[in-house]
Amino acid sequence: MSDSVFASIVQAPEDPILGVTVAYNKDQSPVKLNLGVGAYRTEEGKPLVLNVVRKAEQMLVNDESRVKEYLPITGVADFNKLSAKLIFGADSPAIQENRVTTVQCLSGTGSLRVGGEFLAKHYHEKTIYIPLPTWGNHPKVFTLAGLSVKTYRYYDPNTRGLDFSGLLEDLQNAPSGAIVLLHACAHNPTGVDPTSDQWEQIRQLIRSKSLLPFFDSAYQGFASGSLDADAAPVRMFVADGGECLAAQSYAKNMGLYGERVGALSIVCKGADVASKVESQLKLVIRPMYSNPPIHGASIVAAILKDGHMYTEWTVELKAMADRIISMRHQLFEALQAKGTPGDWSHIIKQIGMFTFTGLNSDQVAFMTKEFHIYMTSDGRISMAGLSSRTIPHLANAIHAAVTKAA
Amino acid sequence: MHRGNDSHSSPSPADRRLSALVRHLQGSPLDAADPCLAAAPTSAAQISVFDHVVRAPEDPILGVTVAYNKDPSPNKLNLGVGAYRTEEGKPLVLNVVRKAEQMLVNDRSRVKEYLPIVGLADFNKLSAKLILGTDSPAIQDNRVTTVQCLSGTGSLRVGAEFLARHYHQHTIYIPQPTWGNHVKIFGLAGLAVKTYHYYDPATRGLNFKGLLEDLGSAPSGAIVLLHACAHNPTGVDPTAQEWEQIRKLMRSKALLPFFDSAYQGFASGNLDADAQSIRMFVRDGGECLVAQSYAKNMGLYGERVGALSMVCRSADVASRVESQLKLVIRPMYSSPPIHGASIVATILKDRAMFQEWEVELKAMADRIISMRKQLFDALRSRGTPGDWSHIIKQIGMFTFTGLNSAQVAFMTKEYHIYLTSDGRISMAGLSSRTVPHLADAIHAAVTKVA
Repeated sequence: MSDSVFASIVQAPEDPILGVTVAYNKDQSPVKLNLGVGAYRTEEGKPLVLNVVRKAEQMLVNDESRVKEYLPITGVADFNKLSAKLIFGADSPAIQENRVTTVQCLSGTGSLRVGGEFLAKHYHEKTIYIPLPTWGNHPKVFTLAGLSVKTYRYYDPNTRGLDFSGLLEDLQNAPSGAIVLLHACAHNPTGVDPTSDQWEQIRQLIRSKSLLPFFDSAYQGFASGSLDADAAPVRMFVADGGECLAAQSYAKNMGLYGERVGALSIVCKGADVASKVESQLKLVIRPMYSNPPIHGASIVAAILKDGHMYTEWTVELKAMADRIISMRHQLFEALQAKGTPGDWSHIIKQIGMFTFTGLNSDQVAFMTKEFHIYMTSDGRISMAGLSSRTIPHLANAIHAAVTKAA
Repeated sequence: MHRGNDSHSSPSPADRRLSALVRHLQGSPLDAADPCLAAAPTSAAQISVFDHVVRAPEDPILGVTVAYNKDPSPNKLNLGVGAYRTEEGKPLVLNVVRKAEQMLVNDRSRVKEYLPIVGLADFNKLSAKLILGTDSPAIQDNRVTTVQCLSGTGSLRVGAEFLARHYHQHTIYIPQPTWGNHVKIFGLAGLAVKTYHYYDPATRGLNFKGLLEDLGSAPSGAIVLLHACAHNPTGVDPTAQEWEQIRKLMRSKALLPFFDSAYQGFASGNLDADAQSIRMFVRDGGECLVAQSYAKNMGLYGERVGALSMVCRSADVASRVESQLKLVIRPMYSSPPIHGASIVATILKDRAMFQEWEVELKAMADRIISMRKQLFDALRSRGTPGDWSHIIKQIGMFTFTGLNSAQVAFMTKEYHIYLTSDGRISMAGLSSRTVPHLADAIHAAVTKVA
């Protein structure tokens, strides 16, 4: 029997984040806690499908006049228009001037990849600056898209906050025209966001050096509970008349994770440019998967275009955001009540699904071994995985780790 | 230090900005296509960083539908569309698909969590069985890895990116002609694309000799794209004996087969018959890739449901290959969409639904075969010059009529019939009611236009 032509292929390492859930699943302890998961969980620890999503889905599936024809390469037209309005604001001049092209993509990842490939093909600067740290998949997405990846300082482990001067220095030293990835809100994995004053300084610096902003917006409405507040940084940049890219995901804020719903918007200087850009985006998408999936985007469009459903959605969205904020407060108070050494205020200062606890990998390993608490080794915990019932256990574990493990 | 633009021949962005600035300063009439200069103060920074981007040409196939939509004629006929239409000319959602979808959506225990990177496990296993056969030794030996992808296109792209990264030969041979998107998919995946002879315009059939010659001259180990059945756009398939010769030749040169299976069950009406070419290769114990699409045979077009299978020499290799496929998928879209694959899995795993599906699938295939027969008969009864037997010999959704672009243009102008300029017609777009009109048009085109 002759050899496989793939005989020399090496086993790829398991994704580190997914590996956390694999280990959690193997653990038999009744008090085990999975804080690795990047998906919302209810107080009961269950996944959640929003009521308004179920309603929209039922409507669509019961409509016998609906068919399953191919979408255009750019996706559902309504969905695209509504997504642009959602992120840029219904009154956005950029939209009114037809300077925005929006294409439906496969959630945030797909939007980043399509945008990255477009830039690698058509933009004069092939380097993208990503924050340190950032979502583990970012460097891979951009590298495979054909860009080279550099980093800019972002997280300050000493303050567990933003290394603002480092950020400004690194962007100042970037070559003119370089692309800069910005987390629109609820930075993943740290939960550390610039203040609006800091955003304004970032904007001025970026514009002065003609750096090209590429926003990753995965948590609009999910971070603060307000869709407009969470879009403010993006809108600040668009308001100055400049150009940018924005990758939108509906995975978390509509709970549509597995349906892979997202959009890439490119805000251009003129309508003609936007139109030409859109025609070229199609040449990126067509050889990748031809056209995007119809189901999830139809659900989103149905909700966004209906006044009642939209309102229902904002209520359910705020409830998710509020529960997470509540978990932050409860954890902070529990650690304070225990007198756990250290400043834990970052737990309530950070925003979004994740908290960068500041625990080191030894402490994390200790917590897993002794308390059956699972998180990524960088000390990131998903607040969505907590409940009022399990907070005491986590607080005990952190307390023990900080006082016993170095 | 102007950087050349590697994707097309326009001047570099810096050049464009500078010349726009110079025009502005010299007071020449403002470029109407550059509204930003009209509104903004003199500054190179006011020009879009995408100003130099060239408008991409409209997709030729989609352009046919655009033109059709504009035509007000009551007799117009759209034969460009690559999607099934009923006798009434309407899109079709299979009953069994609606049933499965209702079941899924009404099941309140179902959630919308991320799928694994490789997709829905059931779907993957069932898809492998569907294409390779439930008794396939390759499956029983665990030598097959199957990953859910976005229909046929996504499966081809993921497979090709994997090969570009991990396979020693980076050239893929595609048939001449082939689906217009193939060359782009493989190019962007990182493979070099060459062609092999396939269609013979003289016979409107297979140029078998040319095919064997070209594959015989390919470098050892090269990848070869094979349409599993119902070749698109020609409808010309090798016979079983020809497939066997192709197989022998390919194995003797260690050429790596990459099957594109978009019409299983849709071509002949029989799922097993349409998978024979693939199963023949898998039976010999060798390796291959298979891209499966459920767009046509389950009518799931817009849901983007497909699978990439890689048949390897051993279970260990298959496992390592799967781990590497994940590294291709994750930076592309992280994980595939849940809805369409859930519909497919529901149908494939339920005996009664599977049979319902087979019946509805055969009905679609039979209607298309009936259109072929009716068109052939209509041309014969008109005494239209030429041999039109290829209409009933070709198989699948499309017929390569052999009409040239002047004849096509004539048919569009005089008879309001829309088809791609290569003379390809979609049989799915025909009905008993419209066959006479098409036959008239072909007859006129062939007798009046050279």
